[in-house]
Amino acid sequence: MNKMTDSVLKISNVNKNFGGLKALTDINLNIEKGKVHAIIGPNGAGKSTLLNVCIGLLAPDTGEVLFDNQNIVGKQAHEINQMGLVRVFQTPEIFTDLSLLENVMIPALAKRDGAFKFKIFQDLADEKDIMQEANDVLASIGMQDKMDSMAGSMSRGDKRRLELAMCLIQHPKLLLLDEPTAGMARHDTNQTIELLKKIKEGGMTKIIIEHDMHVVFSVADTISVLARGQIIATGTPEEIKNSALVKEAYLGGGDDNE
Amino acid sequence: MQIEKKRSNLFIMAMFSIVVLSMPIWLDPLGANYPDLLQKFAIFGIFAIGYNILFGLTGYLSFGHAIFLGVGSYTAVWSFKLLSMNAIPAIIFGTVLAGIIAALVGYVSLRRSGIYFSILTLAFAQMFYNLAYSVLTPLTNGETGLTISSDDPRVLDRLFSDVAAGGGLPSTEVFGISMSGYSGFYFTAVILILAFFISLKIFNSPFGLKLKAIKSNQHRMKYTGYNTRPYLITAFVISGMFAGLAGSLMAVTDPLAGAERMQWTASGEVVLMTILGGVGTLYGPLFGVAIIKYLENIFSAVNEAVLQSFFAFMPQWLNDTMVVIVSPFVGEGWHLTLGLMFIVIVIFLPGGVTEGFQKLKEKFKKNDDQQKLKQGDE
Repeated sequence: MNKMTDSVLKISNVNKNFGGLKALTDINLNIEKGKVHAIIGPNGAGKSTLLNVCIGLLAPDTGEVLFDNQNIVGKQAHEINQMGLVRVFQTPEIFTDLSLLENVMIPALAKRDGAFKFKIFQDLADEKDIMQEANDVLASIGMQDKMDSMAGSMSRGDKRRLELAMCLIQHPKLLLLDEPTAGMARHDTNQTIELLKKIKEGGMTKIIIEHDMHVVFSVADTISVLARGQIIATGTPEEIKNSALVKEAYLGGGDDNE
Repeated sequence: MQIEKKRSNLFIMAMFSIVVLSMPIWLDPLGANYPDLLQKFAIFGIFAIGYNILFGLTGYLSFGHAIFLGVGSYTAVWSFKLLSMNAIPAIIFGTVLAGIIAALVGYVSLRRSGIYFSILTLAFAQMFYNLAYSVLTPLTNGETGLTISSDDPRVLDRLFSDVAAGGGLPSTEVFGISMSGYSGFYFTAVILILAFFISLKIFNSPFGLKLKAIKSNQHRMKYTGYNTRPYLITAFVISGMFAGLAGSLMAVTDPLAGAERMQWTASGEVVLMTILGGVGTLYGPLFGVAIIKYLENIFSAVNEAVLQSFFAFMPQWLNDTMVVIVSPFVGEGWHLTLGLMFIVIVIFLPGGVTEGFQKLKEKFKKNDDQQKLKQGDE
């Protein structure tokens, strides 16, 4: 019983085939509250498929996906977001021709007002609370001084961090990060790791799908390794590092990933 | 900041009202001070402002807004025929019915986005246009167009006053004030100011911001927890109601509704106006309307005789050549000039005239700064 309440996302007996291709086989995954759960695996292991199943975008052939004890398969994107499952994309999805401040105000308004609200006689300038919140979040990623500039004019790393800020302002129950450091320079990657660690202290539950072992081992509490559509191991970073099975499937020796 | 914002809104509205209401004065030297043209400015201004709420904010390019213009006109004329020559019920019915039709058209068309949305709206526009000529003839009076006649029922008018039978065609009015000439212009101008106020409010509201965000990245909007469809339908209905309002005002200033008002070229015209002025800007569409309607007024009035007298200072052979060269661009050929102007603007100023103003402003600012720097050096 205790286990039930502790779990934020529960994936049970999920199978998914694309034609003859077995993309996912008997996936069982339990994301515990307050933990950072990383999913790693070589290319073509089924990470993207698993991710799309996690957010209810892709209906599995068998099994179920429970988020907060509710089945989310087949729900629309905005409904899943309103339930508290928020996603960061592999290529940053932001509002390029709006200012940074507006970029973070929009998700804050979604959190407060819900999926639709028709309010044309309210001035945006009067939304003091939302503005303050947006200000704070921008400050936390160190972009407060740029808040009036256009989001599209920023570097790729900044765009990613902005997108992360847009998700954080919604205080999600579960944050899903799809390769948050892909294509980033070393400096940006380190900055992002620091940011992720900071968020971790806040106790937010997260799933991270990542290639970069450095990032995974710095922030994850639990790691699941996906290979050929199956979860071959789940454990703490230490256990995964030392697992022979994982080394064979993915790390390929392990020494170069220290 | 809050008080500043409030004050600046008030300031914008005050300035806008002054500019619009004083149009007869400052347009006089430009030779555009006659009620017919002034009414056109105001009516098309409402149409373009409303269209900009859809196209400018959400980026959905509709080719079907002439439908609502037509619905507004027909409804207003029916209101004159059946109820009263008073313009107020006519524009209310016109706006509301246009809104209902817009909800239906929008509900279907907004299932798709981008070019498919545009094509769906175009299909609806052609459908309504052809219906007005065929199946709906009892409502639209087909090619002849719907007009008022002296033996219309006009229930309300007959209830409150004695209408002499056969006393000629009545004219539209607002509580006794006739809606022809300048009073007609002032009536439309006041409605334009109200329409602009609503548009200003939408631009500054969270709702407006969300519409802009849909234009910027609808995918992100969905994953941010917004159901974008009701937002789009609302924006579509609002812009449809503005078009209906404009259409009914056309009927107020001239109580005649024809199906040509629903032709796709009418939808195309408002697209041109919006792009020419500056898509998604608050004032842009109004600039677009002013430029197109003013130039249309000038160019379409010019004929060969006028051209000959214009080039009269030249020797006869040159005069004849010039007339031959220029005449395709004027009169009936005004659309050629419009097309060329549109091409030039889109290529060199994709943001419309508004972008041109901004570029000029920046240039002046730069020059100013440089001068200050120079003075500083000396």
